Formats: sequence, structure tokens, C-alpha cells
Amino acid sequence: MPETIVIIGAGQAGAQAVQSLRAEGFDGPITMVGDEAYPPYQRPPLSKAYLLGTFERPRLFLKADNYYAETGCELLLNTSARAIHRAERTVELTDGRKLAYDKLLLTTGARVRKLKCPGADLPGIHYLKTIADVDGLQAVFQPGKRIAIVGGGYIGLEVAAVAAKRGLDVTVFEAMDRLMARAVSPQLSSFYAAEHEKAGVKLKLRTGVEAFEGNGKVERIIAGGQAYDADIVLVGIGVVPCDELATHAGLASEDGIVVDQNARTGDPHIWAAGDCTRHVGREGHSLRLECVQNAIDQAKHAALAMVGKPKTYSEVPWFWSDQYDLKLQIAGLARPSDTLVLRGDPQQRKFAVFHLRDGVVAAVEAVNAAPEYLMGKKWVGEGKKIAPQTLADTSIPMKQMT
Amino acid sequence: MSARKYKATYIEDSGKAHTVEMAEGWSLMEGAVKHLVPGIDADCGGACSCATCQVYVAPEWQAKLPPRSEMEETMLDFAPDVRPTSRLSCQLRMTAELDGIVLNLPRTQHA
Repeated sequence: MPETIVIIGAGQAGAQAVQSLRAEGFDGPITMVGDEAYPPYQRPPLSKAYLLGTFERPRLFLKADNYYAETGCELLLNTSARAIHRAERTVELTDGRKLAYDKLLLTTGARVRKLKCPGADLPGIHYLKTIADVDGLQAVFQPGKRIAIVGGGYIGLEVAAVAAKRGLDVTVFEAMDRLMARAVSPQLSSFYAAEHEKAGVKLKLRTGVEAFEGNGKVERIIAGGQAYDADIVLVGIGVVPCDELATHAGLASEDGIVVDQNARTGDPHIWAAGDCTRHVGREGHSLRLECVQNAIDQAKHAALAMVGKPKTYSEVPWFWSDQYDLKLQIAGLARPSDTLVLRGDPQQRKFAVFHLRDGVVAAVEAVNAAPEYLMGKKWVGEGKKIAPQTLADTSIPMKQMT
Repeated sequence: MSARKYKATYIEDSGKAHTVEMAEGWSLMEGAVKHLVPGIDADCGGACSCATCQVYVAPEWQAKLPPRSEMEETMLDFAPDVRPTSRLSCQLRMTAELDGIVLNLPRTQHA
């Protein structure tokens, strides 16, 4: 009798798990439960080409329409799980149905962090996480409109770039003293600030949002003690892991469902992968990664472990962001104490910042610099030592660096 | 909106062939991953960020493709077993002219 696998969460990690389980030879029944109306789709284009309108909806879907049926995966969409009954190994759905499992995978992802200030519930305040969110934003995304973006992280800045391109009047409010403070080095923050200003985006750094005002819909944002008129507000202040199912079932979560290096939770029948998890990374620190790389790689490792071929998850994390014609590619996890080495000229809009830790390449941030990114990523994986002056010498091509 | 559909055939390193249909304008990477053609990883989803969607284009089809962009060229520098016929399939768009195109897949996408 083949085992039954249930997957809760129909996103990038869930889709990857289905693919990997089948690739690894698992031929039992799989049921995947998703609370959105759509089968698994790519989220990265949502704040980029899809919002801009140059990437049509059908292309977002990770698999062809008939893929799930053909591979024997039952897809339950518009469906949420209410509880996991670990003793009897069932998942209870909100409609009362129960799904029995031998092995369970949680790929529940993350949800947007909501603002809690006065007026935060006014219509016209948008968040961006799903297709439905972008469709709602699209409807009001018109040239000349004033958009106030709360949060100068990846999402906020990608939307700012699209909005500027579409002719909206854009202001970004960021509570920290620099852009993408959580994700990139100060050098990158300054570079991106200049690029956004060049595109006409107004940046309000060190400016926390205090309230929203308006008559029936948002009309003003109060930030840093000042009022700014706005037709649209987009909030991008991070995400929180969807870990309630796990915690209610008694599984450990520390701002992320705790999993081991095989993506397994404390229950030998339950795994978790992607944005909803916390794991000990390759450098020995507890991490919660929010990225496609982690969704894909951790789901692959969960699938391997579920079919009895466990492999330690120690992949180098990587990230990317598209803003204007700038492709930012990052590999590895930087620390403020790293020694930074600049390669190339930011003025040329093609450069990289390498992060060295005890002489070893720990991370790379590359802007329109694919060779630096790819070589840097390889080096991070290998723990390569390299002299800063060699690294900075652009007369030596990346491929020839040893 | 019903875009026209055209066919592409992907041949695995083992010789196994997969023919799939995809809409005009889609990338040849998308056509493969959405239909689970093994041998194209495309981890980044087509952002030209991972160099894991390399294909070899049969000579008779090469002339119908646009030349490699600088980005594609540099990414290919880091892909395994690159040949003169190598392309990154995320950078190739399906058109009427490419209907029936044949692509060979490398043994692995990871160097």
C-alpha cells in the first residue's frame, strides 16, 4: 500500500515538492491544499513585470494546467486547513473534511505584515503578496496618481520603479536611515537611493508612518509629523511566517516553524519548507529565509527526506531584485562586520560589492554584473579566500580569478 | 485572449524526447518546466539569474534565433559543458518561425 502525502500550501515550495517527490520515484497519492484561487505561481514577477503589464497572468503559473492531474496530485484550491491531528495523522480542513496522511509537508509560506496605526484599515491601502493583490493595485495604478509607498525594501522599491515608469507620482517612506537596510550593504543602499531619485521618486528616509487619514478612503499619510496627500498607498514592510497550524499542533515555532537540516519538524511524520520555516543555516545560525531559493532547495530536501534519501540542506542562499534596468543579484548572507571590496564602477551601473570575512568570500552583491554574481556564489559555497586587491582589479576577468 | 500555440521538442541527454506546446511569446524555458521536461531547472523562473536552463540548439534552427545578449553570454560562461550551440532557454521566445524547434539538453545544469 503506497503512502499518502499531504502538502499544505500551494506556492513555490509546494509545487517544487510535488515535482521532486515524483522525480525521486514517489508514486503514492499526493494532495496539495491551497487557500488561494490559483494553482502554484511565481511571486517574484508580481511586483515587477506583472505589475508593469509586460508579463501576462498565464505565464505566472509554475506548471501547465494539466500538470497536477497528470502527475496524480489532487489540488484543493480555495481551501484552508484548520488543524493537524498528529496522533491520528489527519489534517482537518475548514470545511470539516479530514485528509489522512502518512507524511505531511507544510509549505504555508508567509503573510504580509500589516500596519497597525490609526487609519490603517481605510480603503485604498494596498499590500502586495498575491495575484489578487496586484490586480487590485492595477485597477488604480494610473499615470498622474500619487502613490505613497510605505517601506523601502525590495517590494516597496520594485513597485516604486514600476510606478515611476508608469508615470505615477511616487513617494517612498522608510523608517530606517537607508533603503533595503535588512538586505543590502550601505553602498548598495546609496546607489539605489540615487537611482530612484533620478527616476523622480521622492525618498523620505528616517520617516515612520504615524497614521492615514481620509473620508471613506485614504487621502493622506501622516509620516514624520507631516501630512502628505496620496491617492494610493502600498505597504511593503515585510512578512510573518504562517506557522499557526504547526504551533496549534504543538510543533515548535520561533518566528518560523523549526526544522532540521532535512526540513523535518519535531514530528517524524511532518516536514516544512520555504518561507514558513526556520532552520540552522550553513554558517551555524538560526535563519528564516524569505526567498525563492529557500523555497526550492528546502522543498527538494524535504522531498528527498520524505522518500528516505535524506541529504543535508546547506545551499548558498541567493536573491534577486529588478528595479528599472538594474538587475541586483545577491548570494550569501552578509554581516555588518564584513570587509567590503568594490569591484567595478557604480557610475557605470555595473559593479559588485564582495563581502569578505576573515579573508573568505561570504557574500556578493552584484548590480548588472552576472559574472561577479555567479563566481561569487560559487566562492561562497567553497569558502574561497581571495586577496581584496585581486578582487578589485577589473583588468582580471572573473573567470580567470584564482 | 487566446495566443497561438507552437511546438518544441526537448531531447534529454539520454535521447528521450518530449514534445510540448506553448503559447507564442513564452520562453522555451517556460514551455519545458511547466510540462515537467526533466533537464531544465530554471531555478530563477526566467530572470536570467541562474544559468540552469541551458539548451543546445540544432544548427538548422540557430539562424532563426536572435543573437545572444551580453547578459546571456556572460551567464553561459558559467554554465557546464557550454558549446557553440548553447543558449539559455529563458531568453528565447516562441514564435511561428520556431514552431517545431528541436533542443538538446545537457547532462546537468549545475557545474
